[in-house]
Amino acid sequence: MSLDQSFVGRTYPPTAPYQVGREKIREFASAIGATDPAHHDPEAARALGHPDVVAPPTFPVVLTMAASRQLIEDPALGIDYSRVVHGDQRFAYTRPVVAGDELICVNTVEDITSRGGHEFLTTRTDVTTTAGEPVVAVWSKLVVRGEA
Amino acid sequence: MELPTQTFQVTRADLVRYAGASGDFNPIHYSDRFATKVGLPGVIAHGMFTMALVGRAVTTWAGAPDAVVDYGVRFTRPVVVPDDDTGTEIVVSAVVREVTETGLTRLDITATCQGDKVLSQARATVRTAG
Repeated sequence: MSLDQSFVGRTYPPTAPYQVGREKIREFASAIGATDPAHHDPEAARALGHPDVVAPPTFPVVLTMAASRQLIEDPALGIDYSRVVHGDQRFAYTRPVVAGDELICVNTVEDITSRGGHEFLTTRTDVTTTAGEPVVAVWSKLVVRGEA
Repeated sequence: MELPTQTFQVTRADLVRYAGASGDFNPIHYSDRFATKVGLPGVIAHGMFTMALVGRAVTTWAGAPDAVVDYGVRFTRPVVVPDDDTGTEIVVSAVVREVTETGLTRLDITATCQGDKVLSQARATVRTAG
């Protein structure tokens, strides 16, 4: 099954708000060995001018990966997830994610291409606060491997 | 300018912890049986775990945990993690490509495992302390 080209440019409805918890940031930071006090200690984060502990740069994947289920589970788009490999990933920050943020993801299909029997799906997820403040834009390219 | 090389050890236990923290429970990151069934040499690290470790290298070089403005990579080769006590190592180096007048530093990053590049087009922009 191939991806439906007409999905390029399509934007999905916003996801339900994700409450960024202090313990989740600590857990994620610990899992990647990030020991900087600003990830763990609210006082250390406040000393850097943040309201609460700061998430490591790749933390937003916790939200965006969950949000991408919208696309993966959309039968009309036609992704065979058993053949998906992660191609590219990029984060462009307006500001770091901090504990206490209530974040919404809006997924847009930016590009669908096909090369060498494989298909490439580029998505952009705009992560904003529930008040509409932009926080980070996240691009992800998935490779759907062709059937050999 | 070349930045000091940083090395990160990766064991199976790290993958289990990362799976739990990130919510990515794809069995290719913990089951050899599943990984080999889909054509992989064995359990591999989450690409996003590798990206997170390289992100640690970037914030260490920047000297601030909140300095990253832009960070992107392409995953070119899986990081195979053997089921033993030592696992494997990811070696991360970078060169400063540009320092802008607005206080941004752009880095070109290289990440290798067992001598092979595991990322390409790995770039980060950090706010320079000051």
